[in-house]
Amino acid sequence: MLQIDNLHATIAGKPILKGLSLTVNAGEIHAIMGPNGAGKSTLGYTLGGRPGYEVTGGSVMFDGQDGQRIDLFALEPHERAAAGLFLGFQYPVEIPGVSNVQFLREALNAQRKARGQEPLSGGEFLKLAREKAGLLRMDMEMLKRPVNVGFSGGEKKRAEMVQMGILDPRFAVLDETDSGLDIDALRIVGGGINAIMRKPDKAVLLITHYQRLLDYVKPDFVHVLADGRIVRTGGPELALQLEEQGYEAVA
Amino acid sequence: MTRLDVLPTRKSEAYRYSDLDALAGVWPVAREEILVPSGQDTFLSLVELGEAAVARHLDITLEAGARFDLRVLNAGAAFGRVAVDVRLGEGAQFTLGAAQLGAGAQTLEIVTEVSHEAPNANSRQVVRSVLAGRATGTYLGKVAVARGSDGTDSEQSVRAMLLDRTATANARPELEIYADDVKCAHGCAVGELDAMGLFYLQSRGLTPPEAKRLMLQAFIAEAFSGAPEEERLQTLALQRLEDMV
Repeated sequence: MLQIDNLHATIAGKPILKGLSLTVNAGEIHAIMGPNGAGKSTLGYTLGGRPGYEVTGGSVMFDGQDGQRIDLFALEPHERAAAGLFLGFQYPVEIPGVSNVQFLREALNAQRKARGQEPLSGGEFLKLAREKAGLLRMDMEMLKRPVNVGFSGGEKKRAEMVQMGILDPRFAVLDETDSGLDIDALRIVGGGINAIMRKPDKAVLLITHYQRLLDYVKPDFVHVLADGRIVRTGGPELALQLEEQGYEAVA
Repeated sequence: MTRLDVLPTRKSEAYRYSDLDALAGVWPVAREEILVPSGQDTFLSLVELGEAAVARHLDITLEAGARFDLRVLNAGAAFGRVAVDVRLGEGAQFTLGAAQLGAGAQTLEIVTEVSHEAPNANSRQVVRSVLAGRATGTYLGKVAVARGSDGTDSEQSVRAMLLDRTATANARPELEIYADDVKCAHGCAVGELDAMGLFYLQSRGLTPPEAKRLMLQAFIAEAFSGAPEEERLQTLALQRLEDMV
């Protein structure tokens, strides 16, 4: 579904990703772990197309909606979203004055329009939003409030997953979605990720510091990212080993 | 006394940032007198969306306990100036909510002088400007509180958003207070759309113009919130914003 080949990326001229290669197939969940500064968030932002994250080498091919292989970097951020990519932010952004409901309905309908689908009506959208909010045990009232404004760290992460449920992407990059969550919220969010994304035609790249999320969202592969490259790949047991021995010993 | 038929110069504070050539074409500007009698409650929506230069000067008197809600959408294509002088009687309430939207080379300005001449009156001014291209948006607002006007409550909230580095915003809230027991709040900010916010919205599928329009809609919302004709004003402003982004 996603094929990253020898990816190089810089921020303000400073090389961060230095030849990263990774293939994720449909139906798989991959976890990326690694020390601070290894380039984990840069990988997420580069895939999402954040301005200032410059691709200086390599390629990323993505299987589009109709099974066609597309060059991800030929697409603008909103086109990547319409093609089925979702980026869960480590620090979800507050947008004062814009309600979640209005934002998500416009975003979903913009994606549908780009895919040649009919827009959802207000009623249809609210039904969908209510269902996904319920899945993440988020009060519908919170979705009427401005995007992420006044939300706690944990609520923001939960809201990200509600957004993911509504937008129903084919491929999700979740950047430290587990950070800032208490034990109960972690279980709810983990359950949400499974319910929304664990399907034969979808895939997930989980960026995380901790093994704990992986108890709920079982990865097929665990990768260690250090100094801009994948330095080691294994199964779920690699995460346990990392937790026990640390990055220096393992990577 | 200033002679009303003589075209002002830039030396006059109230015209410092004006487009004097455009002003000459509509000069002299007639005073539009509005009197709200004691205890009455009324409103006015000024919508300027035309091609021609426009200058208006409202002269408003609120008697004791009177209320006046003034909303302004200042988005003409050439030159738009709305000057408002308000005198507040005891316990009167004045609201100004204004949005100035400019994307060409126009000069848009709102110049207010709100005089609290008796105790316990309340004035609230919210001005939001969205400026692109070579547009200039100005707010000059003076609040004068006369001796003895205790219990005055006045607020000026002035914000401008520059969509291009070539646009200009001027903002000057001014206070002149001769009473002791007053509350006069004023805030003023000029900024650009938050780049991270725009990326966040686009990462969810909104096109760059849709993302900008959504953020700008939120930015100007406060100017018209609670207005008797809120929906009409928001709709008209939104149409103009869609042309701008």
